[in-house]
Amino acid sequence: MHPSHLTAVFLFALCASTVFGITMRDTPRKMLRYGIYCFTLFVGSAIVLSWVMFFIAR
Amino acid sequence: MATPPNRIAASAGGKKDQGFVYLPLIAGWLVPGAGHFLLGKWWRGALLAASIVAMFVLGLAMKGKLYTSAGDILDLLGLVGDLGNGLLYFVSRTLGLGADQVQVTTAEYGRAFIVVAGLLNVMSAIDAHNLRTGRKQG
Repeated sequence: MHPSHLTAVFLFALCASTVFGITMRDTPRKMLRYGIYCFTLFVGSAIVLSWVMFFIAR
Repeated sequence: MATPPNRIAASAGGKKDQGFVYLPLIAGWLVPGAGHFLLGKWWRGALLAASIVAMFVLGLAMKGKLYTSAGDILDLLGLVGDLGNGLLYFVSRTLGLGADQVQVTTAEYGRAFIVVAGLLNVMSAIDAHNLRTGRKQG
């Protein structure tokens, strides 16, 4: 299996966010909201840092 | 989120206090999601098991390394993370799965997936323990 970096980020964020949401909140609604929040932060920070490194390397 | 102490005290003394209190913790470590299954949290257990097992299997599929020894401090940290996977790690070691050395580009991703799956499994087992003791409501 040879996923791209972005695919690996999405897979990682999906699995980690699921566990974070379930273990860090008490109710299903809060779990879902926190899971989506973590997923967004995982993917968003990876994309932002990628662009930062792109401009540093130029 | 941790439950305040007053809620812990309120939940003490109920039916939950019967039996071996560390059983969900140990079961949850050995088999992902098993701690929640023991507590009747079927959907949570299934989602946790699916996430952790998927992450571990994806790591192996990417030719990720399974740590087998603790030669230096970084290897020791990796080994501790891998051990968090419980039976998944031991069975994979027995079957000879996982790469010994990094041979392909995706192996670094795979190594990270396996270690993080172990750490997430520990979080899941502790969550089951907190539910069992009443520290966490729900």
